[in-house]
Amino acid sequence: MPRRLKLFIPLGLFFILSLLLFRGLSLDPQELPSALINRPLPTFSLPALGEERTLRPADVTGEPALFNVWATWCVACRVEHPYLQQLAEEGVAIYGINYKDDSAAAQQWLRDLGDPYRVNIVDREGTLGLDLGVYGAPETYFVDAEGVVRYRHVGVIDERLWKGRLEPIYREMRGETAP
Amino acid sequence: MIPELGHMALILAMCLAVMLGTIPLWGAQRGHTPSMALAPSLAMGVLVFSAISFACLATAFLQDDFSVKVVASNSNSLLPPIYKFSAVWGNHEGSLLLWVLILSGWMAAVAVFSAQLPTVVLARVLSVMGLVAVGFLSFSLFTSNPFERLLPGIPADGNDLNPLLQDPGLIIHPPLLYMGYVGFSVAFAFAIAALLGGRLDAAWARWSRPWTNVAWAFLSLGIMLGSWWAYYELGWGGWWFWDPVENASFLPWLAGTALIHSLAVTEKRGLFKSWTVLLAIFAFSLSLLGTFLVRSGVLTSVHAFATDPARGLFILIFLGLVVGGSLTLYALRAPSVGSRISFAWLSRETLLLVNNVVFVVATVSVLFGTLFPLIMDALGQGKYSVGPPYFNAIFVPLMAVLIPFMGIGPLSRWKKDSAARWRAELLVPALAALALGIVLPLFAGGDYNVWVALAIVLAAWIVLGMLRDLYNRVRTAASVGRGFRRLTPSYCGMFLAHLGFAMTVVGVVATTQYTEERDIRMQPGDVQVLAGYTFRFEDMARVRGPNYVADEARFTVLEGEKVIASMAPQKRRYLASGSVMTEAAIDDGLFRDLFIAMGEPVGDGGGWAIRLHYKPMIRWIWLGAIFMGVGGFATVADRRYRRQRVTATSNVPGAGYAA
Amino acid sequence: MMLRRCYLGVLLLLAWPALAVIETYEFSDPELEARYHELSQELRCPKCQNQNIADSNAPISEDLRKLLYRQLEAGASDREILDDMVGRYGEFVRYRPSFDAKTAVLWLGPLAFLVLGGLFAFLALRGRNQGRDDHMTESERARLESMLASRTDQQQ
Repeated sequence: MPRRLKLFIPLGLFFILSLLLFRGLSLDPQELPSALINRPLPTFSLPALGEERTLRPADVTGEPALFNVWATWCVACRVEHPYLQQLAEEGVAIYGINYKDDSAAAQQWLRDLGDPYRVNIVDREGTLGLDLGVYGAPETYFVDAEGVVRYRHVGVIDERLWKGRLEPIYREMRGETAP
Repeated sequence: MIPELGHMALILAMCLAVMLGTIPLWGAQRGHTPSMALAPSLAMGVLVFSAISFACLATAFLQDDFSVKVVASNSNSLLPPIYKFSAVWGNHEGSLLLWVLILSGWMAAVAVFSAQLPTVVLARVLSVMGLVAVGFLSFSLFTSNPFERLLPGIPADGNDLNPLLQDPGLIIHPPLLYMGYVGFSVAFAFAIAALLGGRLDAAWARWSRPWTNVAWAFLSLGIMLGSWWAYYELGWGGWWFWDPVENASFLPWLAGTALIHSLAVTEKRGLFKSWTVLLAIFAFSLSLLGTFLVRSGVLTSVHAFATDPARGLFILIFLGLVVGGSLTLYALRAPSVGSRISFAWLSRETLLLVNNVVFVVATVSVLFGTLFPLIMDALGQGKYSVGPPYFNAIFVPLMAVLIPFMGIGPLSRWKKDSAARWRAELLVPALAALALGIVLPLFAGGDYNVWVALAIVLAAWIVLGMLRDLYNRVRTAASVGRGFRRLTPSYCGMFLAHLGFAMTVVGVVATTQYTEERDIRMQPGDVQVLAGYTFRFEDMARVRGPNYVADEARFTVLEGEKVIASMAPQKRRYLASGSVMTEAAIDDGLFRDLFIAMGEPVGDGGGWAIRLHYKPMIRWIWLGAIFMGVGGFATVADRRYRRQRVTATSNVPGAGYAA
Repeated sequence: MMLRRCYLGVLLLLAWPALAVIETYEFSDPELEARYHELSQELRCPKCQNQNIADSNAPISEDLRKLLYRQLEAGASDREILDDMVGRYGEFVRYRPSFDAKTAVLWLGPLAFLVLGGLFAFLALRGRNQGRDDHMTESERARLESMLASRTDQQQ
């Protein structure tokens, strides 16, 4: 009865649409994957925080590391800070990108709260941030020994996230298998 | 106490809606008249209790009862009373209650104004609407209770209504929009009732047509107000952003436009029955889909409600039941054999079919563009944005395809018309439209604009074609006065709506093409010239409103040597929320708007970033929409909708689908 | 956790900031200014609720506008600028998705819908035209007459 069957077409289309809508409920339209994944760190030439030298990508790559975008104006960064400190003590290599911040305030913050960073890249104008595709702080980029971005985490890193999702990525970058 | 009363009333409304959604429907299937006869009283009952519930929430807002959660988060003791009232629907929970109230209002209206329908039809229609009401009432009660208390820990004052919503336009925009959205539920209910009864015929089309036209008119006005509000309130000078939430209101409008035209064919000629039913389901489904998109957070929008996946899931299930259920019913019960009524290639039927194809294609394309980012994300294909450049690129050509046919439509004949007649009737309008299109842009000055010329040709074609038809009608009457009196309200409504459409076309194109805009640093004493107008920045002042303080820039605008306006854009800081807002100053006119908005202070010495806009013909966009709305209302005055009801039962043989 | 991100600020019911973005860049050429307006309206602010960078006052949009201004003044073509932006933030930043294998369906979809619709209408019309005579049943005709009789002139 093909004529009757034709009348089922709208129902079929609606069924497909509702499956997509259902899938959509569990997606976050705001979550943006980094466009830099599997691409090398953008080139830069920026001062180091509290030091008289200029940093280039070659100065901060060579071993797998985390690049943490932070600033003193960022409330969430303060929340994240103690855990970064703990990670650094465990031997995780962390570089800081001090993003659109006042250098004096940033140094004061590190003196007060501790300094988990190997060195801090001062991105006063936010140019490196733009090249990285940063849209807020904190953000953390996972960069491997070749200087290639492997992962970007948006938001605060805490113990639960690190153990659950992030540590395996870090270990894989180091060529270790997850514990 | 009052909030609890409201909550109780809402629960009672729910109970009555459940009864309305089941008993009359059962009665109609079994032929049990007493059950069917309950429908109108139950519908009135739902209205009474939703109204009580709504009144209780409004009272809580007006009395600053900050123990109620939505009041605490959306109102403030300093808020002017009128905004306390409109704050009722300035939030998810309250707007849902407004939705329920309007739905029960439509139900009651059907019960009153369609009381002469055959009992079984009325019972089915009200019952279907009752089922829709059950869905929204349970949505409100189970996921978004507006009467939730903040106990203990009642805040001393509320968080304030979003300053953007503290605006006269926004008091009536949501109610109008909901009148439109929800109004399509009447057309939907009539369609479902017809499918259930197995009687899809011209009588059905005649009964649902006035309701559909009114809903469409409300929706037109609602969308218009939203666009107007965006223009003067956001301070960007834009009037349509193709944002998912705007599209959510525009999609039912597009489908509704197809529906009102298709209903005309079904009523007059008994054709396209299945198609019209499908459109009625489609239009209301899009209203529900819009609700889902706005309140579930699956799409990012600048003005989505605070979203919640649980609510999203609830609406999606509801959407699945309503749309899935009705499409299943459609697949099983719609007549699959087309009626054998024939018509010629050149006929009004063909032209209205073209209208339907274009509007449905436009609806589907806009829907597709709106959902595209979601589809790609759901399929793991990456993140995309689809915005104004895309929608303009598809929508504008579609409308341009439509208009040539639209010019012929009103004077075409049903069944069979001839090319020779069209040529004879339309040669003069066509040449005149061409001449107007070529000549008028010359008066605008500056470079000759081809797009504006094209828009004028198309708009003039619509209007002149109708004038030709009007002339024919009036000419054949004994006197001109008699001729005009002979025009029916349906005809006048069609005339106004098409005229409005033409005005909107001209407004949109002229505004887009001729707008001049300048962002500039100015300080008191500075003078800028834009589009022949001189803007003189006189001085700055500090003003205090009821719940804000503002920096006000005072401008004098001159045309030549003559002072034509004093304008005072503001930058406001609202005391309760601390949010800062631009309040643009607009000098409006039929042919041009001047628009000044303030940005930030620039540098020392009292300089400010100032945006100056010259926007020609922008009022025509909204004026056109008002004409469309008024046209939609006018059609209802037609006598045939009143007269027919009395005889409807007797002279409609069961000519439709027999199961 | 997303809510704690610094740029996000407080989520209002309507997240639409009503603060007009007005900047006073000086362009060396009016043509560049026109392109600036065009491009800033086609680029999406990566961290806003559906706003272009021209209308958004988020700091990230401010940075992107500055970058756009510099690139334009440096003589970059529209294509280079867009490619560069996509390189940073992905296809997401473009309100006008580029035409490629994945988006072909988006761009060609409406055309396909129109062709399908036209075909549908054509078939419907052809079916109607096979018999030139009016095939209404007697009852249908009677009903129609009675309805049409309620108005002498039949419009719309």
